[in-house]
Amino acid sequence: MRARTMTSAREPVQAAGRPAVEIAHLRKTYGTLVAVDDVSFSVAEGEIFGILGPNGAGKTTTVECAVGLRSPDSGTIRLMGLDPQTDRDQIHEIVGVQLQESAFPAKLRVGEILEEYRSFYRQPADVTDLVEAFGLAGKRGAYYRSLSGGQRQRLSVALALIGGPKIAVLDEMTTGLDPQARRDAWDLIESVRDRGVTIVLVTHFMEEAERLCDRVALIDNGRIVALDAPARLAAQARGGKSVRFLPSAPFDDRLLEKLPGVTRVEHEGQHVIVTGTGELVNAVILALHAAGLEARDVQLDASSLEDAFMWLTGTHLHQEGESQS
Amino acid sequence: MNATLIARPAPPRAAFGQMVRNEARLAWRQPTGIIAGIGISVGLLIMFGEVSLFRQSSGRLGGLSTFDVYIPILIAFAIGIIALTYLPGPLVSYREQGVLRRLSTTPVPASWVLAAQMAVQVCLMAIAVFLLLLVSMVFFGATAPKNPGGLILALALSIAALFTIGLAIAAVAHTASAARGIMAATFYPLLFFAGLWYPIPLMPGVIQGISHVTPLGAAVQAMQYSMDVSFPPVAPLLVLAAYALVFGYLGKRFFQWE
Repeated sequence: MRARTMTSAREPVQAAGRPAVEIAHLRKTYGTLVAVDDVSFSVAEGEIFGILGPNGAGKTTTVECAVGLRSPDSGTIRLMGLDPQTDRDQIHEIVGVQLQESAFPAKLRVGEILEEYRSFYRQPADVTDLVEAFGLAGKRGAYYRSLSGGQRQRLSVALALIGGPKIAVLDEMTTGLDPQARRDAWDLIESVRDRGVTIVLVTHFMEEAERLCDRVALIDNGRIVALDAPARLAAQARGGKSVRFLPSAPFDDRLLEKLPGVTRVEHEGQHVIVTGTGELVNAVILALHAAGLEARDVQLDASSLEDAFMWLTGTHLHQEGESQS
Repeated sequence: MNATLIARPAPPRAAFGQMVRNEARLAWRQPTGIIAGIGISVGLLIMFGEVSLFRQSSGRLGGLSTFDVYIPILIAFAIGIIALTYLPGPLVSYREQGVLRRLSTTPVPASWVLAAQMAVQVCLMAIAVFLLLLVSMVFFGATAPKNPGGLILALALSIAALFTIGLAIAAVAHTASAARGIMAATFYPLLFFAGLWYPIPLMPGVIQGISHVTPLGAAVQAMQYSMDVSFPPVAPLLVLAAYALVFGYLGKRFFQWE
């Protein structure tokens, strides 16, 4: 593994307040494949916690163990102090789940599915409120099979919340949604959190994690490679920022490499990208000026979670369907 | 959105009722089993009843008429088609689509959906049996079953055998279409041995022997006896019970909820 593990990934970060979710040294194998290896984290009540990583990293296995769908090989899991293996009944009452691949009978109507799921819980949420919040009010009489991908996804999230859960586990909640629907879903999740629900969000969309999550665990090859607030992760990972510019004439990279604070000089077509810390822009422009050159089209990029992920794992996250800015 | 929390008593009973209601809606909206199980069986009964030759008693049939002989055969056909159309296929597609998996994250066990399906199927079977008996008695002068208790026992054991066979099919089939294929491959031979094309008393000795140890053959034998004579003999009841036990074990042992 090329990952440079950050110190914070080793021990579970102690979140403020009573933890809603506590996972310690979770390990799960399928035959010889180690899907999850020594994963530990805890999630505070009312937090939106992201689990981010490429496909096959072990995100889904982690949450499936957490909600009791799979039994871990070793490690401990507690949700509101309960063990998903031994306290199944209570866990199912307080944890709402949206699974990545789950459908409902094609010829049931939306309202019928909602009523059925509502009847499973002792203290269910109000169906009318839910369908309104999820934009499904006009669809209660529609057959499940007639729903669009986005509507199915929203129904699936609505069903995760129908039991009035304390914790909602949402696996790839916005996959398959168009950009507008995705933003609407984000607003919705924030409003759910505002009602005190703790949210564990599995995603491979960087933008989603940066926008929604209080903290993010980056998972790669079954291990947590970093765990922190998205902005802090991004800053730590890159160790700074980068300046991108178009030089007025070619020059020797060493001109900039020898500058204090500069860690890297790269080329991207005609453009040059300089990475480093401190007063990077000033230093670069002054050095170029001294050499009789000019920098045009200057852009400063603060590093993103995407950069952090690449830096930590050497892998790109999949960006399917992610075409908006 | 302000979720209103409404205190409810224990969820189970209400939840099961909701599940039964939705499974009934699904059966009604995908009516193949209803059309075949109730429509075709009653239709065939009426057609046979209209043929006057079929209503004369025959020495080859032990004094019964062809029509009399066909009543239990059509009952077996009806309950067989309802069980095998609505049980393995839909159950496997629930597993395929993740319906069962999603259910197992709720307070309600996934097995409840199977129980709800069975409850709906038993209701459909009861309707089919009731209509077949009613039509044969009211319109074609058939006599009321001699031993209703024996008939109900024979029906119960037959339904148990069919359900467990359906469950075993669902256990071995990985896809809903495979389940339907296995169902068809199983069901038509069973119908043959039930006497749908050639009544059991007229079958050659060896075939008749085989028929007596097939589930629908034993079902027809037990029902026929309780309708026309008295409490059914032990042999067909034991055959049915053995099927229910063996396939029930296999189904329970090998069926995977995920």
